[in-house]
Amino acid sequence: MKDGSVLEMRGICKSFPGVRALQDVDFTLKQGEIHALMGENGAGKSTLIKVLTGVYEKDEGHIYLKGLEQEAAIRSPQDAQKLGISTVYQEITLCPNLSVAENMFIGRETKHLQDWKKMNEAADRILQNLDIPAKAKQQLADCSIAVQQMVAIARAVDMDCKVLILDEPTSSLDEQEVEKLFGLMRDLKKRGVGIIFVTHFLDQVYEVCDKITVLRDGKLVGEYEIKELPRLQLVSKMLGKELDDLSGIKDESMTYHEEDNMVPVFEAEKLQSNAGIKPFDFYIKKGEVNGFTGLLGSGRSECVRAIFGADRVIGGTVKKNGKQIKINKPLDAMKNGIAYLPEDRKRDGIIGDLSVRDNIILALQVLKGFFKPFTKAEANKFAEEYIKLLDIKTASADTPIKSLSGGNQQKVILARWLLTHPEYLILDEPTRGIDVGTKIDIQKLVLKLASEGMSVTFISSETDEMLRTCSRLIVMRDRKVVGELSGSDLNQSQIMSTIAGGDK
Amino acid sequence: MQKNNVLTRLMRNQIFIPVAALILLAIFNLIMDPSFFKITLGYNSVGNPVLSGYLITILDYGSELAILAIGMTLVTAASGGQDISVGATIAISGSVVLRVLCGTNSRPETLQAPIIVAFLISCVAAMLFGAFNGVLVAYFKIQPMVATLILFTAGRSIAAWINNNELPIISDPVFGYFGGFIPGIPIPTPFFIAVACMIVIALVLRFTNLGLYTQAVGINENSSKLNGLNPAFIKFLTFVILGLCVAVAALIKVSRISSINYSVIAKDIEMDAILAVALGGNALSGGKFNMAASILGAYVIQFLTTTLYKFNVQSDALPAYKAVVVIILVVMSTPVVRSWLSEAGKKIKGRTSQKAKEVA
Repeated sequence: MKDGSVLEMRGICKSFPGVRALQDVDFTLKQGEIHALMGENGAGKSTLIKVLTGVYEKDEGHIYLKGLEQEAAIRSPQDAQKLGISTVYQEITLCPNLSVAENMFIGRETKHLQDWKKMNEAADRILQNLDIPAKAKQQLADCSIAVQQMVAIARAVDMDCKVLILDEPTSSLDEQEVEKLFGLMRDLKKRGVGIIFVTHFLDQVYEVCDKITVLRDGKLVGEYEIKELPRLQLVSKMLGKELDDLSGIKDESMTYHEEDNMVPVFEAEKLQSNAGIKPFDFYIKKGEVNGFTGLLGSGRSECVRAIFGADRVIGGTVKKNGKQIKINKPLDAMKNGIAYLPEDRKRDGIIGDLSVRDNIILALQVLKGFFKPFTKAEANKFAEEYIKLLDIKTASADTPIKSLSGGNQQKVILARWLLTHPEYLILDEPTRGIDVGTKIDIQKLVLKLASEGMSVTFISSETDEMLRTCSRLIVMRDRKVVGELSGSDLNQSQIMSTIAGGDK
Repeated sequence: MQKNNVLTRLMRNQIFIPVAALILLAIFNLIMDPSFFKITLGYNSVGNPVLSGYLITILDYGSELAILAIGMTLVTAASGGQDISVGATIAISGSVVLRVLCGTNSRPETLQAPIIVAFLISCVAAMLFGAFNGVLVAYFKIQPMVATLILFTAGRSIAAWINNNELPIISDPVFGYFGGFIPGIPIPTPFFIAVACMIVIALVLRFTNLGLYTQAVGINENSSKLNGLNPAFIKFLTFVILGLCVAVAALIKVSRISSINYSVIAKDIEMDAILAVALGGNALSGGKFNMAASILGAYVIQFLTTTLYKFNVQSDALPAYKAVVVIILVVMSTPVVRSWLSEAGKKIKGRTSQKAKEVA
């Protein structure tokens, strides 16, 4: 082991049936360092993390930890924890109905009797130390997601951890919450904890990390100082090719020109749902790409859910091609040629245990009817067609969708809706939590579909993406539509000032 | 190498579990007493040819269970829970059949209504009770076991009340055909009824989307809803279908004795039906299912029961013995143990193939 490093992984190999997930990967983490682990989905980031935390057993290679003479033997998550390796995952893995203190100490009691008072005091001390705005006796569910995330970190840190792994901790946080989390990370860094930070957000990597290790196709691409690796190079290293795609997209989006006399494909007036949004007006024309923007929780998703009938509609009228229609449930919307890719892929999108094929045909099958199932041959034809069209990486059409990577799952859901040949496609955060390559694929696809006459509403937390794809943006604040931007107004600063409100 | 692939593929197939259990039980009986497999052709009291033997008993009584397993599989898949009121609703449905056949007199000389009418009325009744369970589960979102606990408790009293607590007896021999033998055919009728049910469910699964919809709802209700499905209705539907299965099983049950014993008829049958689903390798928490495996599971459960009877296990002690065997079977069929087994299998194969190479 070199001086100053807390963790060294050498020549790690791991195979699954049919896939070599990791091939001879090295990884070094120094004391008091925030180290980004970057790569596309399927590059091997999560496999490497899982090997380190004992979820998977490595096939070959060595892991050394500071303070250990020999190789570290990590066979289970418990082993990893005992050796001072802690993980905080994207989804909160604590118990929301227990108190903050209970969450911090659960599963760690050495005695059978618990001194509640002492435990609460200890918890408060740690929270105060780390400057986390929570009280020991508070129920965890009452804290914001960011604070819950921090409690998870506090728990990890208190277990005397040397290596802290943060696996996409920021994907459900808004900007201020991310800032707070970064504050905590910097604080821990000063205390000498080595932090491995896995994320898809490039901005965040450059804001907080010291070093970057890039993986691609299960192999190590290299380890870089943050200063020596500009953004564009990082992206091209992750993708394994030089990248001008990003700039290429922009020109295409300029081709859409709104014709004023066109009847909107879809139009809503004073639409309101039971999800707590203020009534809003909305329209979209043929071949147009528009989007809802606003901070997290501003009601973007609730608007499109109301359009699709996913939440209960309690007021307003909707028209399709000028004719009034009724949408009370998703099926009504589907029959009217509307498709909706939901925000939360895991919860609302995939049917985990079903095959890729069944997941692709589901929506069209429902439209076709209960008594008219597709034959196996038909279903296979559809599945193969879209697997090829969207370049979905799956072993076969029979593979359960849950074993695919996030980006490929998203493509399957996209395939499901494209198969219904919708006139109007709603994409709610289609690019969240997926790799850069797939993100660009999806953005390109949106523009291609629009040029072929499909209307698309595109929602994304990344304003860049929206600017690249949308020709009109509807801005939301506090569950209310507060503005609409198009043409020359479509730029970062204009969006920011509209979101922030106040005088122009 | 190819042989290995076939074997591992077979091991991964869900139907492997009940098949393996069946083979184990068969081997056990073969070793203990081969006469278990003896089938004799004799004549019953009316002079009809009938087959008899333990295997015939399994075919006979396993068929009731197989019919129930069909409905239970669907309920499990869609709702992620089980209906424990099956035995009690069999009592109700059987009681309805007898009530319609007997009219006001509990010991009629002639049938007061055609059997088919009585059966259809009992189907409606059973489906209504299924619908009752279904409404509680699907629309009031009560846990299936808790919701069906109501009829589990009250069902047998309702059954007795339908016949004014009298014990009707049907003297018409035709009524006995459904749970016994049709003259001239030596195979028990319940088996034919079960085969008919299997054909119907196979056709339904082939020509409708029942399978896809129940699985989708069972796996992810939210997504199903956003794909235009109505999860509540689909859950409700599975309970109604189970009701229909109950009516068919009830007809067989009451036909067997041409009468009814309210407190004993189909007692604990719900547990066997649930076990059949579990033994078929279907997750009791819902989602994906394999109908053929469930049906085979039902016959395996009956095979086990009959085996225990054969070895003179007291009927009081039967459940205890059964429990032991069932624990083994169910634990063996969990994904955890199966992955151990397949890994162990791989190791053994690896060693033998190495040895083979060395020899070569």
